[in-house]
Amino acid sequence: MTTEIILQTIISGLLMGFIYALVAAGLSLIFGLMEIVNFAHGEFMMLSMYAAFWLYTFFGLDPLLSIPICAALLFGLGVATHYGIIRHILDAPMMVQITATFGLAIFLRSLAQFLWTPDFRTIPDPIVAGRIEVMGIFLGVPQLVASAGCVLAFAFLYLFISRTETGLALQATAQDREAASLMGIRPDRMYALGWGIGSACVAVAGVLLTSYYFIFPEVGLIFALIAYVTVAMGGFGSLIGALVAGVLIGLVEALGGLLIDPAFKYVIVFSMYLGIVLVRPKGLFGRY
Amino acid sequence: MAAPGFLSETPDDPELAAARAEPLRAPPSRGQWILGAVIGVCLLAYPLVFDQPYQQHVLIMIFIYALMAQGWNVLAGYCGQISLGQAVFFGIGAYSAAFLFSNFQISPWLGMAVGVVVSMVVALLIGIPTFRLKGHYFAIATLVIGEIAQTVFINWEYVGGATGIWIPIEWDAPWFAFQFHDSKLPYYYIGLGFLALACLCVYWLERSRTGLYFRAIREEPEAASSLGTDVTRYKLIAIMVSAAFTSVAGSLFTQYILVIDPETVFPLILSILVVLMTMMGGVGTLWGPIIGTAVLFPLSEMTRIYFGGSGGAEDLMIYGALILLISVFYPRGLIGLVHKVMGRGSHA
Repeated sequence: MTTEIILQTIISGLLMGFIYALVAAGLSLIFGLMEIVNFAHGEFMMLSMYAAFWLYTFFGLDPLLSIPICAALLFGLGVATHYGIIRHILDAPMMVQITATFGLAIFLRSLAQFLWTPDFRTIPDPIVAGRIEVMGIFLGVPQLVASAGCVLAFAFLYLFISRTETGLALQATAQDREAASLMGIRPDRMYALGWGIGSACVAVAGVLLTSYYFIFPEVGLIFALIAYVTVAMGGFGSLIGALVAGVLIGLVEALGGLLIDPAFKYVIVFSMYLGIVLVRPKGLFGRY
Repeated sequence: MAAPGFLSETPDDPELAAARAEPLRAPPSRGQWILGAVIGVCLLAYPLVFDQPYQQHVLIMIFIYALMAQGWNVLAGYCGQISLGQAVFFGIGAYSAAFLFSNFQISPWLGMAVGVVVSMVVALLIGIPTFRLKGHYFAIATLVIGEIAQTVFINWEYVGGATGIWIPIEWDAPWFAFQFHDSKLPYYYIGLGFLALACLCVYWLERSRTGLYFRAIREEPEAASSLGTDVTRYKLIAIMVSAAFTSVAGSLFTQYILVIDPETVFPLILSILVVLMTMMGGVGTLWGPIIGTAVLFPLSEMTRIYFGGSGGAEDLMIYGALILLISVFYPRGLIGLVHKVMGRGSHA
């Protein structure tokens, strides 16, 4: 095994890790606000991938250009989910919150299969294509662009949360709903905004993936599973935790697949989760 | 002679004595006994009246799923530990029966017993480390343990790998081989028997001290712990009982279907289905898992028949929407609705 192969694997793992991080960031943001895990997160991603696919098919719009449209669509879906479903189960037991979002996930997945068949689809010739060679290491341009996009979106999200007044209001609501509402922040709106932004995050990751990934109704499953593990590993509600855990998972998945056995790459990732939470039961950076 | 203090209650205060004597769960009233007896007789007579294989198949599958759902109910409904990895125990039960019979000609009845023991040991091994985790951290831990188990079995060639196990057909000794090819009746009554046994266990649990500890742990783990309840010990009891029920369900499923592979007995969706079925009926109630399964399983079968094999997943669409609506509008499940109609306050 040459150094090139290992280096190559590390870089591919890193690239995937940034995508995992953005998917997980959306989930983590929602959890931080109201301690609800959206088990339909992967299906939101799937819907945004289909949105990008249809925009390409009907209007010839390249996925890169349809990012804002898909993000806006999913923002709307997130807000609608909050007002239609989540608002009613805010104070319900955790079990009810799990089954409600699982029900939504099953519904959306089968709706996609019903409307668009279980076929695997691809976007035939996206703008970003091909690969480049840097010092003997080959990098797929779509992968590179997707990861760069996710890093950008993550940075944007982080700055929004920590620097803008609305972001601070979100944080305040996450810390103390009552106190925030005494300060004139309307928690209900903040929740809706959180769902919108969280869903837009996963939409951006989904659209960026369409340049090189298959689009099918169950595409969200593995990404969602990884995202739950990422968020829990990083600590529910922590954006930095999501970033660190996402990159860590991307690396371990790629290296584990190379050094041990590709069939066991998820087993290695999941075992790492178990190992970490057994030492730190609230994840690496968790508050909850 | 102590004056009747206003702080200390006199032991012969009749109201207090009455309150103390009142058990948490009243014994069933005469109406409930009659209802239970009627349901029992109906279930016993059902396969004699409805003799079409399909009609019996639906009930057999309901028994198997309800048994598994009851297992989840003990752990999550009564003890509050939300496991999303019940398929692990189902798979162990399924593989124990199938593997021991096809490789060593050991009767699946013994295989079932081995499955129960192995599941309970695995439950301990899962429970001891993960019960330190709370809420979603625990749920996700059980979920990834389920995924790990599936991957391990897919790649474990000794037990059939991804192809799984085709159980050799045995015509001569149906009771030894636990295979009945002439009639579904034995499967029906065996399934019903195990489900009834599980329900009896839960019935007893509801009225026992252990059941009280379970509920205390579910509602207020810190308070329960500070009052001297050995929280971890009772959680471990809950997960072991849960594993035993689920493992038996897995063995029954294997003997009924006679072909198993990791995709059928270890899938994530199975772990989710039992959650949804129990939720549908009513979590933390004796009848909830049964009502939920009895409604959801036929519903998904009917929609599948109605829409045919169009591959459009209409059945799952209705399924998902229903679960969503029940969770949002009737979080107590159908049993909450039943109690409301019968004019009793539901005390889940």
